[in-house]
Amino acid sequence: MTASAEAPGTAETMVEVRDVHKVFGRGHDAVHVLKGVSLDVPRGSVTVVLGPSGSGKSTLLRCVNELEEITAGSIHVGGDLMGYRRDDKGVLHRLHPKVIAKQRSRIGMVFQRFHLFPHKTALENVMEAPVQVRGLSKAEARRRGLELLDRVGLAERAEFYPAQLSGGQQQRVAIARALAMDPELMLFDEPTSALDPELVGEVLAVMQDLARSGMTMIVVTHEIGFAREVADHVVFMDDGVIVEEGAPADVLDNPSEPRLRDFLAHVL
Amino acid sequence: MEDRPSGQLPEPLHARPVPRPGRWVSAVVVLVLVAMAVNALVTNPNFRWDTVWLYLRDVVVVRGVGWTLVLTFGSMAIAIVLAVLLAVMRRSDNPVMRSVSWFWIWFFRGTPIYTQLVFWGLLSVLYPRLSLGIPFGPEFWTFTTQDVITAFWAALIGLAFNESAYLAEIVRAGLSSVDPGQTEAAKALGMKDAKILRRIVLPQAMRVIVPPTGNETISMLKTTSLVLAIPFTLELTYATNQIGSRIFQPIPLLIVAALWYLLITSVLMIGQHYLERFYGRGFDGGRTGRGGRGPRGGRKPRKQDLIGASGTTKDDPFLEVTP
Repeated sequence: MTASAEAPGTAETMVEVRDVHKVFGRGHDAVHVLKGVSLDVPRGSVTVVLGPSGSGKSTLLRCVNELEEITAGSIHVGGDLMGYRRDDKGVLHRLHPKVIAKQRSRIGMVFQRFHLFPHKTALENVMEAPVQVRGLSKAEARRRGLELLDRVGLAERAEFYPAQLSGGQQQRVAIARALAMDPELMLFDEPTSALDPELVGEVLAVMQDLARSGMTMIVVTHEIGFAREVADHVVFMDDGVIVEEGAPADVLDNPSEPRLRDFLAHVL
Repeated sequence: MEDRPSGQLPEPLHARPVPRPGRWVSAVVVLVLVAMAVNALVTNPNFRWDTVWLYLRDVVVVRGVGWTLVLTFGSMAIAIVLAVLLAVMRRSDNPVMRSVSWFWIWFFRGTPIYTQLVFWGLLSVLYPRLSLGIPFGPEFWTFTTQDVITAFWAALIGLAFNESAYLAEIVRAGLSSVDPGQTEAAKALGMKDAKILRRIVLPQAMRVIVPPTGNETISMLKTTSLVLAIPFTLELTYATNQIGSRIFQPIPLLIVAALWYLLITSVLMIGQHYLERFYGRGFDGGRTGRGGRGPRGGRKPRKQDLIGASGTTKDDPFLEVTP
């Protein structure tokens, strides 16, 4: 993980989103959620996406790892076109679900409501994908799982079921679970929004540590402090488009867009 | 963060309880009624308890119990496999799969089990010969239906197909009870659909599926008595009825069958209890885990567990949280 950050091509693009549209439903009920979003995320960088609810920021994140099929445009992750294959004649083919699953396995995702597997212990949650998807031996997955739980500060909670853990602990297990697949990219979908205020800090600390290790991250959040401190790039979305983007200092302290100024006034 | 009482616990309040004479009166009345009922059962010579006791251990009866168990578990096993298949088909993107599943459930739930069993019994009359080959093309092997579908197999298939329709709906309800976020999380980890179903969704659905399936198994135990429609004549009800007619004492033999059914049901209920406990792991703060393995089982209850156990508050860890 750290190697990629120190690699010569630090400016290499990890995620390339080009003119992506997403329409839910059809006919009269159609909702145009993403209206031509383009975004570049360099390898090893942290991009924070801000925006009011309904602005399409979560949808954008879900499109990146194919949980939603995009309606138009293209998304490349690590140079690979997500979800499709273009043949020699330029004809687009939908990829087989198996191949899509493989693409997803390189991208870690952390959800607002954790979505830990409740019938498995913290350690079993972390071991599940390496064993079932990668075919890692149980012993190896166990060793690595304990290592990751230790990294998020939960080694002594390995044998606990999710229901026995606090929200902050559950979210840290969820981060360890995503890291167990050695992802090149981590997506965070409002990781602290479902937490009690006093538990937000422990999750953000783990994320900050991860960012320092050189992980490429896209974080949808309302934590402006985190954006200011950790982000390399801040994106503000409203009504399905990127309204303003740039370095955190510029975007957060010197917003040029009235909509962003309005949003920041409400969040801060 | 250990929740042990700090220092001295306060002296609990001493108060006289509210007098409840109604409790005592109603308890006495009910106990007297129970005593009367037991007395009426035991002392009535018409029940012929000596005959009941004699035939409870009769070879034919015990063999009948065996066949009843084979039919119950055999048909339930086939039905469960079919039901999972039907439930998955019902949720499929493929309209042909969805329709076939819907039709199967509609047909087998919509016609009486007795009628279905009669038809399975008559299969060899309706189709004297069965053959394997290319559909609408040449046939490679041909069998006489009577040789392949014996009365036992007709009974097993008849019961299983009927049951699969009911179980399919139970499985479908179980699958839909699992938070879609579980599937998404598994997908995001790169798991394939079949694996997500087997490793993530089904184990959680079992919590919802097991109790009604236990119910269906107990119901099936007694439905097996209908296979005389085929006719299959070795199971418990038919065996006891036959003895009852032969010795002109139908009532004691009905009691024999009833006692056996009660005994099997009791054993099934115990089994169901343990199954529910197994599939409930992780859903109740871990109090009923696999037991004996660190915090999974013998853990000291947490504060929230104790508050929850008092039953005066509603505590659902999976309650939707909208920030």
